Amino acid sequence: MTTTLARPTPATTPPRNARSARQVRTSWLRGIAIVVAMLVFALPVIWMIAAAFKTNVQVTDPSTGLWFTPTLENFTGVLTGGELPAAMANSLIVGVVSTALSALLAVPAAWAVGRFAMYRTGSLVLVARVVPAISLLVPWYYLFAQAGLVGTYTVLVLSHMFVSVPLILWIMISFFQGLPIELEEAGQVDGLTPFGSFLRIALPLAAPGVATASMLAFVASWNNFLFALVLADSDTKTLPVTLFSFISYASTDWGGLMAAATIATVPVVVVALLAQKHIVAGLTAGASKG
Amino acid sequence: MGTAQHRRLRWIMLAPALAFVGLMIIFPLLFTLNLSFSDAFGAVNADTTFAGTRNYTDALTDTNRFWPALWRTVLFTVVAVVLETVLGLALAMLMRKPFRGMRWARTVLIVPLLATPVAIGVLWLLVLDPTIGIANHVLTAIGLPPQEFLGSVSQSLPTLMLIDVWQWTPMMTIILLAGLSTLPTDPEEAATVDGAGPWQRFRHVILPMLGPTLAAALVLRSVDALKTFDIIYATKGAGGGSAFEAETLNVLAYGLTFDYQEYALASAVLVLFTALIVGVVLLLRRGVGRDAT
Repeated sequence: MTTTLARPTPATTPPRNARSARQVRTSWLRGIAIVVAMLVFALPVIWMIAAAFKTNVQVTDPSTGLWFTPTLENFTGVLTGGELPAAMANSLIVGVVSTALSALLAVPAAWAVGRFAMYRTGSLVLVARVVPAISLLVPWYYLFAQAGLVGTYTVLVLSHMFVSVPLILWIMISFFQGLPIELEEAGQVDGLTPFGSFLRIALPLAAPGVATASMLAFVASWNNFLFALVLADSDTKTLPVTLFSFISYASTDWGGLMAAATIATVPVVVVALLAQKHIVAGLTAGASKG
Repeated sequence: MGTAQHRRLRWIMLAPALAFVGLMIIFPLLFTLNLSFSDAFGAVNADTTFAGTRNYTDALTDTNRFWPALWRTVLFTVVAVVLETVLGLALAMLMRKPFRGMRWARTVLIVPLLATPVAIGVLWLLVLDPTIGIANHVLTAIGLPPQEFLGSVSQSLPTLMLIDVWQWTPMMTIILLAGLSTLPTDPEEAATVDGAGPWQRFRHVILPMLGPTLAAALVLRSVDALKTFDIIYATKGAGGGSAFEAETLNVLAYGLTFDYQEYALASAVLVLFTALIVGVVLLLRRGVGRDAT
């Protein structure tokens, strides 16, 4: 993880030398409590990933535990011949395209809201978070069916953008607020237009924020189940929908099911490992301001 | 920054995003509202006639599906969000001061809330499987009776609540940790000097200052908990199980729409459901305003 750009959010961590020796020496009790909590959150995921590397006999015998000779047969099983590779490709295409288009719409909008304090207008977009998505799905289906778009990538991208645009907007508003306005004003004194100061000053400074917001938007698209469940056809089914259709085989092929679930989860876990700090900043954007 | 040029620019920057979200939401909402007063069934574009408020009275007098689903939605949300808030706050207080492995702990916390919900459902189906799951294996090993979990009518909803708590407590912790890190340290130090113990400092100094963050997190979580769909549908299937034991309003509306093509009735349920969510948001926000000021 590279942290070359200083994050413009207000400094939140106390200086290192402010920690007294007593604070550094964490109590045993606190340490144990934290370890137990982390095990509660990590073990189920570890159990799933382990099961993906077990034979079907081992999966159905919980006493196998976490010590066993791993096998790749579940992965080769689901990755060859089945629907899963196509579903992964569909999820990737829809995720990348919907995220890129959402960023294109939402980043300039977030700058306008943050810079010109158009909070009332900006918060309108948050209505999208409150309304239950199913109430939109029937009209969408009807409308897109008229246009002959149901089952295409277009309709999946548009529906996923409906989640991603508000998400990126929400994160980027607080990011732009954290940027010092003086730099943009100085740029305008030196002859930049207001739009030029956005493009050449604010946007480059906001690049880490755009990266974080885009990452979270991609994850939201990758994870989205409901929209593709209704709007996709057999050729454009995304990973969660395909995974869902695998559940009916659970009793016969637990290993394959766990391999498919692991394939869905691992990209997200990798993102979490690589960009933990930025993800935390993105998830808490706005919320910590009340 | 109030020139005409600026005013034009800010609208040009904002318009595409606003127009997109507006188009995707305004017409569909009007469409749904219209359907809810019609007798649409089987196909949305078939000829429909005005049915007045019949769909609403149908829904509100349905003690078989609607009211149990409403009750489950509220129960699920209240239990899950309260547990998530209490546990999330406790964990945030534990993790507040720096410790070795902080980076790893935060990574572990992010995984449940970024993982694909359907995959989480699949994972808990294996862990909680009555016969081959590790959960019953552990219970038996420590001398407790094995449970049915998602396989039984009575335990399905409580089990789903616990899965939700597992998945979303980290979100609470992460938001509250961010809130805690922005608090000034002076009041707490002053309270320590005045002889306040750890609990008193938490209750009378930290908690009031954390109010706005806590409230924002509560609104966010409540809205999402009310709308929980993926986990329930992935683990219990259509109708929330054979006896509708895990059917919430969202699952009911989905079933009415896509399994029964009862578009008119489904739209009425959705309008009522939306009203419930908006009501909860307004209620929580009002509580927030009082606490924060």
